Amino acid sequence: MENLIGLLVLVPLLGAGVLLCGGRRLDRAGHWIGTLVAALSFVIGAVLFAGLLGRAADDRELDVTVFSWVPVGGFHADAGFQLDQLSVTFVLLITGVGSLIHLYSVGYMAHDERRRRFFGYLNLFLAAMLLLVLADNYLLLYVGWEGVGLASYLLIGFWQHKPSAATAAKKAFLVNRVGDVGLSIAVMLMFTTFGTFAFGPVLDHADRAGEGRLTAIGLMLLLAACGKSAQVPLQSWLGDAMEGPTPVSALIHAATMVTAGVYLITRSAAIFDAAPVAQAAVVAVGAVTLLFGAIVGCAKDDIKKALAGSTMSQIGYMVLAAGLGPLGYVFAIMHLVTHGFFKAGLFLGAGSVMHGMNDEVDMRRYGGLRKYMPVTFVTFGLGYLAIIGFPGLSGFFSKDKIIEAAFAKGGTEGWILGGAALLGAAITAYYMTRVMVLTFFGEERWRPAPSPDEPSAEPAAAAHEGAMPHPHESPKVMTIPMIVLAAGSVLAGGLFSIDDAFVRWLSPVTGHEEGNSPVGALTVTAATMVVMVLGVALAWFQYGRRPVPVTPPRGSLLTRAARRDLLQDDINHIVLVRGGDHLVRGLARVDHGLVDGAVNGTAAAVGGASARLRRLQNGFARSYAVSMFGGTAVLIAATLLMRAV
Amino acid sequence: MNPVNYLYLAALLFTIGAAGVLIRRNAIVVFMCVELMLNACNLAFVTFARMHGNLDGQIIAFFTMVVAAAEVVIGLAIILTIFRSRHSASVDDASLLKL
Amino acid sequence: MTSTGEAVQFWVLAVVAVLGALATVLMRKAVHSALSLAGTMIVLAVFYLANGAYFLGIVQIVVYTGAVMMLFLFVVMLVGVTAADSLKETIRGQRLLAGLCVLGFGVLLGAGIANASLHRFDGLGQANAGGNVQGLAALIFTKYVFAFEITGALLITAAVGAMVLTHRERTERAATQRELAEARVRGGKQLPPLPAPGVYARHNAVDVPALLPDGTPAELSVNQTLRARGQVRDVSAEALADLAALEQRSEDRLERKGKKR
Repeated sequence: MENLIGLLVLVPLLGAGVLLCGGRRLDRAGHWIGTLVAALSFVIGAVLFAGLLGRAADDRELDVTVFSWVPVGGFHADAGFQLDQLSVTFVLLITGVGSLIHLYSVGYMAHDERRRRFFGYLNLFLAAMLLLVLADNYLLLYVGWEGVGLASYLLIGFWQHKPSAATAAKKAFLVNRVGDVGLSIAVMLMFTTFGTFAFGPVLDHADRAGEGRLTAIGLMLLLAACGKSAQVPLQSWLGDAMEGPTPVSALIHAATMVTAGVYLITRSAAIFDAAPVAQAAVVAVGAVTLLFGAIVGCAKDDIKKALAGSTMSQIGYMVLAAGLGPLGYVFAIMHLVTHGFFKAGLFLGAGSVMHGMNDEVDMRRYGGLRKYMPVTFVTFGLGYLAIIGFPGLSGFFSKDKIIEAAFAKGGTEGWILGGAALLGAAITAYYMTRVMVLTFFGEERWRPAPSPDEPSAEPAAAAHEGAMPHPHESPKVMTIPMIVLAAGSVLAGGLFSIDDAFVRWLSPVTGHEEGNSPVGALTVTAATMVVMVLGVALAWFQYGRRPVPVTPPRGSLLTRAARRDLLQDDINHIVLVRGGDHLVRGLARVDHGLVDGAVNGTAAAVGGASARLRRLQNGFARSYAVSMFGGTAVLIAATLLMRAV
Repeated sequence: MNPVNYLYLAALLFTIGAAGVLIRRNAIVVFMCVELMLNACNLAFVTFARMHGNLDGQIIAFFTMVVAAAEVVIGLAIILTIFRSRHSASVDDASLLKL
Repeated sequence: MTSTGEAVQFWVLAVVAVLGALATVLMRKAVHSALSLAGTMIVLAVFYLANGAYFLGIVQIVVYTGAVMMLFLFVVMLVGVTAADSLKETIRGQRLLAGLCVLGFGVLLGAGIANASLHRFDGLGQANAGGNVQGLAALIFTKYVFAFEITGALLITAAVGAMVLTHRERTERAATQRELAEARVRGGKQLPPLPAPGVYARHNAVDVPALLPDGTPAELSVNQTLRARGQVRDVSAEALADLAALEQRSEDRLERKGKKR
């Protein structure tokens, strides 16, 4: 069984290698190879899961040391895998949802001539993510972490002929690097503190290290998590990452990449538990991001960007839960899994819509699509109900638990966090309803508007007519994954909650404790229901009852700010780009003035002295003879002086 | 008379020869001045031999003469070659050794 | 201490040697320099003899004065005996610097000799007991045998080097007499022998040019050297005048008055 763990990483990695190195011979079968590889790794994961299930609850940890990686003197790092309840949960999510997305991509990328390469990258992504969650030490985790960054770069920029995609990929990579620096610093700190990278020793002895140390490590880990999971302040790459093909968005948002940060925090629970400051920072980041993402999601007209805001917000929930300590770790992971299902479903649904609409992404040009795409409508709708926390669907169970846990934190903090989580739930309901309504209900705004009263819109309409979309349902290969994911969105939460199965499953790894909520569980659920209904109703009244203009209205200040991602790029620009510019300009000035001045001055001095000295070299042998003779005289004088002294 | 006077004479001749080397431009005369310096040295060696009462100084002077003969042969050959190619025996004309 | 005779000899000949050295440096013509140097060398040879270096004294005269200086003279003749150097200095500051250096050097040498403790004076009586040449030979072939052998190698190298340096490789075939003649015709030079000078018996001398049929002198008939020196005696006008005077006199004597003129 231990051998299977290594195979789990190796299979997608080999798949990626074969696909990327195989050349055009594999063009015709490449996508199926990629999908098969993903499915195979899912099967392996399922076998491992079954194996773990068969063991006692406190014996569900497998450790495999594959080889001694860096044995240098006192420094010793092994490449090893660790499979426990937490990682196997991730493995199943990654390979399961990943396989479905592979399958979906077969249809979605059918007309792309670089499809084989796309599947190679997808496999690489899976391999890196599996390495990340299976590593038994932070150094190997770091390798997976970087691999995920690389794969996301390749996939976001997959349509590299589009400058916007290339830029988005670069942006994602750069922002992720900031987080990666945090992780590398954290790893180094760990080594200086504990003398090892392995999870076991580090986490078991975390409380022995000083709190200051642990706070530093925790904050650095948080920075890393912020980068990968698109949390404030490193959130700016996520929206632009929508430039990638839609399956990539689904993969990044549901199964891989953004979950890495939550995994890192949960995995390092022992460190955060011993460092309250770092834990408070985690909570703060989560709360801020969940509102931030939700607000951004409300204002976006691009369906994928609205969903991206939603992801940010939902990951904010998870980070918030992870920051609550043992109160919330289990629920963070549970929400992560349920979110994996419904967000993947939503993205695949969005992709399906775009597929049928000539790659149009503006929701204001959708409308009334439920008649044309019934399967997409139903699956998307189930995902929608799940994410807003409709009772009985999976989002309801996981999100409700997080809100409860936030209240259970206790004190003012608990009220603030609980309030933020509740508000987030309301906004979630609002923006998701908005997406739903704009896309599937209302007028068919994608038809050219017969509007004689708007002559200025005529050319645009005429131009639009030429490329008028003929919305149609996507092929089976795309709808089947959507159906499976929709089923997951509906059932997962309920299944997990039967007899607290998920809590019992995970708590040996992460620890779990029930908080003493000042508010009763039922009250919280009721409040959640109320705010959800309020949000849905507001959105319905705003978008369902009134006609939606195709060109977005100017909107309030907040709307405009939210359309600009709450000024994230502007802030980055002002703080980082301008600041960097000024710094660099200053440095350049110093370089020109001081360094170059010194260097050039020396050169000029030497040159000038040489030009004068050169006159001694006049080519006349007699002049040289005088020098020699003078030198001889000096030598004799010196000899005589030495004798005399 | 103190034989040291021979040494003073040798020093004087040597210095005069050196002055000639530095001042004259005709390569042949410069060469002659070099010979004068060598002869002054020989005189000093011979005088030293007499002072110390052994013949080593004379041996050195003898070798100096042989070497000087060889030097004259080569030096004059060089002067002739230069004269052939440049039609001048002035040491200042061969002043290409500069920037 | 040495004998009075040697002291007198020293003071007289030292003056000669210094004068010769100064003349070597200061004479404008290389020939004069060479001769002055030869004089100084002979004086030095005498000093060698006086210092008990009999072999060296003779070698100095035979090798130096006899062979080396004659070689110098050969080269001076080859390069141009008449060319006199101008003693005007062309390098700025050279003479001043040279003067300073020479003065300093001389003073230092003098000071060095004066400071050295050279009061012991053994004389060569014992060393020369078995004969100066024998003593030198014993040293050369025992103690200095390696230096001697190496000197031999040096001399051979020098001889070969001199040959290499002065040898000029013939790069083309020597012209035949026919080719030379053709070249002369092509060059438009005077082909027949040059005219002989002084065709008149009365002026049978080489500095008198022959006269052309119209009575003008033919420059080519006079030796090239005389022409270059401007020593051509133009006798044509004089000869006509002389002829006229002769005719006058003969008419006077024959009293043929009024027959002509």
